[in-house]
Amino acid sequence: MNTVLLEASGIGKRFGGVQALKDVSLTIKSGEIYGLIGPNGAGKTTLFNVFTGLYPRDCGEVQFAGAALDLASPHAVAAAGIARTFQNIRLFANMTALENVMVGRHVRTRAGVFSAILRTRAERTEEAAIRRRAEELLHYVGIADRADDLARQLSYGDQRRLEIARALATDPKLLALDEPAAGMNATETTALRSLIEGLRRDGLTVLLIEHDVKLVMGLCDRVAVLDYGEKIAEDVPEAVRANPKVIEAYLGASAA
Amino acid sequence: MSMSARDKFGLALIAVALIALPFVLASAGTAWVRITNFAVLFVLLSLGLNIVVGFAGLLDLGYVAFFAVGAYVYALLASPHFGLHLPFWVILPIGATVACVAGVILGAPTLRLRGDYLAIVTLGFGEIVRIFMNNLSSPVNLTNGPKGINRIDPFQIGPLNFSASDTIGTLVFSGPIKYYYFLLLVLLAVIVINRRLQDSRIGRAWVAIREDEIAARASGINTRNIKLLAFAMGASFGGIAGGMFAAIQGFVSPESFVLNESIMVLAMVVLGGMGNIWGVIAGAMLLSFVPELLRYTVEPVQRALFGKLLVDPEVLRMLVFGAALVLTMRFRPAGLWPETRHRREMSENRA
Repeated sequence: MNTVLLEASGIGKRFGGVQALKDVSLTIKSGEIYGLIGPNGAGKTTLFNVFTGLYPRDCGEVQFAGAALDLASPHAVAAAGIARTFQNIRLFANMTALENVMVGRHVRTRAGVFSAILRTRAERTEEAAIRRRAEELLHYVGIADRADDLARQLSYGDQRRLEIARALATDPKLLALDEPAAGMNATETTALRSLIEGLRRDGLTVLLIEHDVKLVMGLCDRVAVLDYGEKIAEDVPEAVRANPKVIEAYLGASAA
Repeated sequence: MSMSARDKFGLALIAVALIALPFVLASAGTAWVRITNFAVLFVLLSLGLNIVVGFAGLLDLGYVAFFAVGAYVYALLASPHFGLHLPFWVILPIGATVACVAGVILGAPTLRLRGDYLAIVTLGFGEIVRIFMNNLSSPVNLTNGPKGINRIDPFQIGPLNFSASDTIGTLVFSGPIKYYYFLLLVLLAVIVINRRLQDSRIGRAWVAIREDEIAARASGINTRNIKLLAFAMGASFGGIAGGMFAAIQGFVSPESFVLNESIMVLAMVVLGGMGNIWGVIAGAMLLSFVPELLRYTVEPVQRALFGKLLVDPEVLRMLVFGAALVLTMRFRPAGLWPETRHRREMSENRA
């Protein structure tokens, strides 16, 4: 516990005239749930996309699990051990739930074209292991009974869970969730919360972007606040809640 | 994966029918065996294109280029043009490899393109290959230009010559019949390969890219390599089909590899049902045979009815093609025999 898993320093990103991220540095420790909050347009998702290689950054470095992270390609980021979900759910809509999770195993398996064509013993063993692991993960997130349904046929809450299962299939060290509670009703949010707590119990580190302040404050060990692309606070939830700069960012200067 | 007795019986029945088929066709004329052979060639092409379009979702309008590459590789290595006469089992793998390399060369610059843009670039590539074949006759005469290359060697296995007839007992094994059996074997292999790829790690990665490329990348798929693999695999099948085309035809020229052929193969894939191997086979068979049937029926029917030929069968062919595609798109947008997931998608939408 308390070893540093991810250390970002001086991350900058500009879209044309908009400075989306300005010199953002943050440290995520192993085994914690790290919250990232901020008003709309503060740069949370942009930071996420930089961390997972989907956007090229303008400057800054990321150390992950003791090595410099290659941010140039998303698949290398996944291989290094960062998995993510998307704010607007991005599943493989016309694949079954099970297949979706099986795709997540891609990065940890190796069978190529020739072993698939020849159906070698190694390939069959690997396929069986992929399937077994995918079934386990569907069970873990609680949608094992929907394994053979197409992803698009699942309910909204189940789709969120499926996305988490697919991310978990890559054996991540850090699971990055982009607004997992968005659009969920109270029951679904409660269930999601216990799922994330379960992930922490199982030793996973979680990076969480969330609008639901109650969820963040109740769940996270530490919280960072972004405003106009800059980090204005990073501390335990109680301290962040009391931070005048945070109150100002959310409610305007007069409230602070 | 166990089969019921009924399945086994059905399979045996199909096998017997396929083995007996050429002799039945031959009794109606050897032309029909040839037509069947070309239909099987088109099935092979469609299955190759299905990997690129059906599985990986990359719209390729220049697929005939790989067919052309395979055909020319065969023609150059087994004809008097260069005086080379390598055996077919050496040339076919070479043709597949060269086509595969061509597939990667085409694929590499198009990796960032999707949909319409990809279609336009691949269309251009197909034309470039054809124009190359047309013009590479000087300063060094590589392809013999628009005149094409003729007197291409037929397949030869030991004493068995695929261009001559052999009689065993009362059965006459004509050249086309021998090619038919060979094509059947290749087709069987290609179907097995397709099915195995579909149910594999690579096959899932292809479909994942088709479904959502960004999610696929974030899930750890190296989309660049996996897409190139789709192009390469599809092209290899095209190359093999091209080699066999050259041998069966005995002659190749750039004329055989026009844009129309690419569109035809794509139509077969789309009509049958993108992504579903059996659908694609059905589509290819249908679009290969219907024009031939028209050719043999339209003329006599018109002569009997009007006493003269009013509509050329070749014109009708395109009409039927167009009508078939329009009707398919209107009534069965996922194809006649869609992939299970597409079918479920459609039925769900209707519900």
